[in-house]
Amino acid sequence: MNPLQKLFPNIDDWGEIGRACIDTLLMLGGSLALTVLIGLPLGVLLYLTGKGQLRPMPKLYAVTSLLVNVLRSVPFIILMIVLMPVTYALVGTKLGIRGAIPPLVIGAAPFFARLVETALREVQQGVIEASQAMGASLWQIVRHVLLPEARGGLFAGITVTAIALVGYTAMGGAIGSGGLGDLAYRYGYLSYKSDYMLVTVVLLIVLVQVLQMIGDRIVLRYKQR
Amino acid sequence: MIRFVDVHKSYRVDGRDIPALQPFDLDIADGEVFGIIGLSGAGKSTLIRLINLLERPSGGRIFVNDTEMTALAEPALRAQRRRIGMIFQHFNLLASQTVADNVAFPLRLAGERDSAALQARVGELLARVGLSDHADKYPSQLSGGQKQRVGIARALANRPSILLCDEATSALDPQTTASVLELLAEINRELKLTIVLITHEMDVVRRVCDRVAVLDAGVIVEHGPVADVFLHPQHPTTRRFVDEALPEEAASEHTPFAQVPGHIVRLSFRGDATLTPSLSRVARETGVEFNILAGRIDRIKDLPYGQLTLAMQGAQMQIALAALREAGIEIEELPR
Repeated sequence: MNPLQKLFPNIDDWGEIGRACIDTLLMLGGSLALTVLIGLPLGVLLYLTGKGQLRPMPKLYAVTSLLVNVLRSVPFIILMIVLMPVTYALVGTKLGIRGAIPPLVIGAAPFFARLVETALREVQQGVIEASQAMGASLWQIVRHVLLPEARGGLFAGITVTAIALVGYTAMGGAIGSGGLGDLAYRYGYLSYKSDYMLVTVVLLIVLVQVLQMIGDRIVLRYKQR
Repeated sequence: MIRFVDVHKSYRVDGRDIPALQPFDLDIADGEVFGIIGLSGAGKSTLIRLINLLERPSGGRIFVNDTEMTALAEPALRAQRRRIGMIFQHFNLLASQTVADNVAFPLRLAGERDSAALQARVGELLARVGLSDHADKYPSQLSGGQKQRVGIARALANRPSILLCDEATSALDPQTTASVLELLAEINRELKLTIVLITHEMDVVRRVCDRVAVLDAGVIVEHGPVADVFLHPQHPTTRRFVDEALPEEAASEHTPFAQVPGHIVRLSFRGDATLTPSLSRVARETGVEFNILAGRIDRIKDLPYGQLTLAMQGAQMQIALAALREAGIEIEELPR
């Protein structure tokens, strides 16, 4: 009997844990990419249309803001269940990695959009005024001033969002999306195999730590300037 | 040429119009350094932003080089703005970009893509402001004076005909202020650039401006050549600014001259009048005696000037004063 078996008597297939890790990473990668892709423009829209900003549009801002708040206030586990028909319509399944990504993105994008809005508000008003004085168009200001100047804050937001997504992917396990959460739920909770629970929890902690470290490095690189 | 025609500006705050600038007309000539001085809240910041329409006037028309700025649509306005450089109190550089990229920024905005051309122009601009060795640094690695030099290089990138300076030296220490002002004067001379600057320091006006407007609570209370306004301030606000620039004289002028016998006059010499010994000649010829109570000799931009406060006594007083006026000296009789 090798020492691993002695420590974790119930785990007979370590390959399954490996596959679950990969599933979690795939869900995380896919949903994070789409979250940034959707949340970034949404955050820019919130910023630009806000009161006293470059293109104040009170009605559009109010509607967008309400939508974002509604999506953020529904607990993720409920959101996933509510969104099932939407998920099915979008990707043709409610299960697995593909089935997990739509609710993950719809849950995280509004959250990330708010972080983007906040990061953009940190950009010095004077720098924006200077670029207007240089004849910059709105698009040039967004592309060449706001986004580069807010880089530090944006990467901090991506880090926080990625970590929140790790939590969401684990929750997805409860409704059959696969990954480490699924493993912990099925073996650790439903079958009382607490060694499974322990291993998955440790792996999730390691994942979160690594994400935070990478995020902090990137943010620090831009903050030093 | 910058021309304001019946321009006024008010801000809407809580449904009420708060006037910032009362209706005014003003012309700023090509190639001159025009100063606008005022206390904070006087409206000078608003006034300078009207020129490139960062602030839109509530009424009136603004012309820059015969283009009516107030009539332009957005794209045409952006094109015009590229012809007007602007520097700021807090520099407003892009913290995420190097010095070279900051200077290249307005060129890129204007559509320049050729990297050799960009590099050449940036090198030229950095050399002009004396920062050739700092091209690859980030703004946070520079001192305040260096940051403002980057701001100036950036403002000059698209070869503007006008440079707007928004309190450009207010965040700098006196030595740095002097060197930045010198650079501005040099640019004005060599590039024949019109400079409009706003400041709350009379000293800045005295050193570089040709003409000045004094702004008080949204009203231009006085304007004209700096020497006229500086030597003969009319409005109380102007006098306050002049007094701040000349503290020692201000102090002596507020001491009552009651115990001093004679007629109290203030003589202003400027330009050629400072070169001739008129005062001693007139004293010898007319027999008046004088006692110097206060005095100062300095420069207004390139114009040497002197100002003396005298107590004069003698029978031929009026003849002496006439002779001094004849010699190009301005005379004001001061109350006791």
